[in-house]
Amino acid sequence: MSTETQSPVLVAGEPGAPIRARRRLPRYAPLGLYAAGIALGAALSALTGFSTALTVVYGAVLGTLAVYAGSRAVEGGRKATDRLVTALVTTAFAIAMIPLVSLVYTVLEKGLARFDATFFSNSMYRVVGEGGGAYHAIFGTLIITALTAVISVPIGLLTAIYLVEYGRGRLKRAITFFVDVMTGIPSIVAGLFAFALFTLVFGNDVRLGVMGAVALSVLMIPVVVRSCEEVLKLVPNELREASYALGVPKWRTVVKVVLPTAVAGLGTGITLAVARVVGETAPLLVTVGLITGTNLNPFDGRMATLPVFAYYQLTQPGTATQAFLDRAWTAALLLIILVMALNVVARLISRFFAPKTGR
Amino acid sequence: MTATKAPTPSPPQQRAVRRLGDRVFAGSAKGSGIFILLVLAGVAAFLVSEAIPALTAPAEEIPGGEGLTGYVAPLIVGTLLGAVLALLVATPLAVGIALYITYYAPRRIAATMGYVIDLLAAIPSVVYGFWGLAVLAPALVPFHRWAADDLGWLPFFAGPASASGRTMLTVGLVLAVMILPIISAIAREVFSQAPALHREAALALGATRWEMIKMAVLPYGRSGVIAGAMLGLGRALGETMAVAIVLSGGAGATLNLIGSSNPSTIASNIALRFPEATGIDVNTLVASGLVLFVITLAVNMLARWIVNRRADFSGAN
Repeated sequence: MSTETQSPVLVAGEPGAPIRARRRLPRYAPLGLYAAGIALGAALSALTGFSTALTVVYGAVLGTLAVYAGSRAVEGGRKATDRLVTALVTTAFAIAMIPLVSLVYTVLEKGLARFDATFFSNSMYRVVGEGGGAYHAIFGTLIITALTAVISVPIGLLTAIYLVEYGRGRLKRAITFFVDVMTGIPSIVAGLFAFALFTLVFGNDVRLGVMGAVALSVLMIPVVVRSCEEVLKLVPNELREASYALGVPKWRTVVKVVLPTAVAGLGTGITLAVARVVGETAPLLVTVGLITGTNLNPFDGRMATLPVFAYYQLTQPGTATQAFLDRAWTAALLLIILVMALNVVARLISRFFAPKTGR
Repeated sequence: MTATKAPTPSPPQQRAVRRLGDRVFAGSAKGSGIFILLVLAGVAAFLVSEAIPALTAPAEEIPGGEGLTGYVAPLIVGTLLGAVLALLVATPLAVGIALYITYYAPRRIAATMGYVIDLLAAIPSVVYGFWGLAVLAPALVPFHRWAADDLGWLPFFAGPASASGRTMLTVGLVLAVMILPIISAIAREVFSQAPALHREAALALGATRWEMIKMAVLPYGRSGVIAGAMLGLGRALGETMAVAIVLSGGAGATLNLIGSSNPSTIASNIALRFPEATGIDVNTLVASGLVLFVITLAVNMLARWIVNRRADFSGAN
């Protein structure tokens, strides 16, 4: 028996009954096999004109196959399958990183060309070639987003309060279900809704900043409701009961006890909801349009917004094509910065305003 | 007990001094909830009211001259083609990512990795369009050529290959990247909720990590993955700007993914034509938007129904 294996192991309590030691690939084996795979991949890709991407692909495939074969020979089929799946799953994650890295790199590379003071201080008024900027679009986006938040936050927050504190029965279930369904409304449909609504009221060809805010609200309200609802549910019931026991009316309990306890989560949720709508393009395209000058009044005519500005700079460049493309990419970069900043702010809110616990 | 209630006049009822503040607050909270339902109904109602002129107009007046069905049908084909392609690419990847983050990644950095994947969802769709046009489409041109040459016998790769790469195939991949975080977020959540006892029991019986996942995690997470995929499908169906920027549209209904002329999608068609549209064109576009609304609503309701059914019976709560 014991001669069959290199290192027989005696199981304690069963004298004289050696079992086969679990044979494993040495730790460095996968590393070595992958290195060999990469080397072979480099050689293979050199046959068709060397490229790094092809080398990595060949290397990953060959290395994985080699590890699978080696593991199958030494460790058996089950272990080999396990290793194969590990490789596949890790690859899936790596593949998902490619577009993210590539996108951020591209936007940075192309967007930094015009990331200058002119871009932030000038509008496109009477600009046909180089120069010009997105001053009008930046303020348009800020105003419309602020207006959207003014509409959405009270409605969303109150609905969340209703769902958590008051709601019961069929109405609650209906609201929960349809709020979920509403999160899936395509943004362009929300834009068409605002268009149809305002067309019925004001007649044809109306374009207003506030239309955009209404369209974005359709997208933002469900997000606010869902995140606020989750946060309010986390407020411990003991706090509410303590408040009732002191004779505090329900509405004051909600306003003075529940909301302050949840304020960090509410802030985070609302900030993330703003981040979700700030980059929306399609609804603004059909409701707000675009102008070259600065219009800061959302109740009077077309406005410029950053996403729509970026879209038109890219798709309808004038004669000085490169100038338009540069502005488009800078606007895209600014959008990403805006969204990322809102995400970071959301994280900071949840860190610094979180209720003190652990007493 | 109530039967022995004393006949003596009971002290004045203590309950329910309905304070004004309470009534106002509860009323406004309930009102907001009902308002949301009204908004959803309003979306449908206003779309219908703006679409009616196109629904009743004679066929010749609809752009294209073949009536509303003839106008919308190729768009529906394009919409479904792009979204299904995205779903086929994104779902396996998203499951892999979710498994990696929940069970394979080093514990310390797993949360950060999840956050990085979520960043994909935060990037505005117009920026994805920029990226698809400037990076992905040119990068895929060699693949288009290869597919047309070597896989030409498949209807999807009938060719001739587009020289710009602005095809349905590229759009499908861009959409796949966009819905990846949605599917993987939900998959991650259900995978991490798989009962610890099942997982530990599997490992204790000597299962490898993959066997543990196959036996304890995947069966538990299946409906969650399906629901996540459907939510992603809903998102891909309605995605507008990325498609509008990347796709070179204009063709009728075709399954060819790599041609230089592709069926447009409903949403991108609206975005491209609406700003310049007048008269009956506007109504036609709104009618096509109504079709999109109905499709996505159905997909989303189905997805939510699956999610909720799972929540009721999972035993996780």
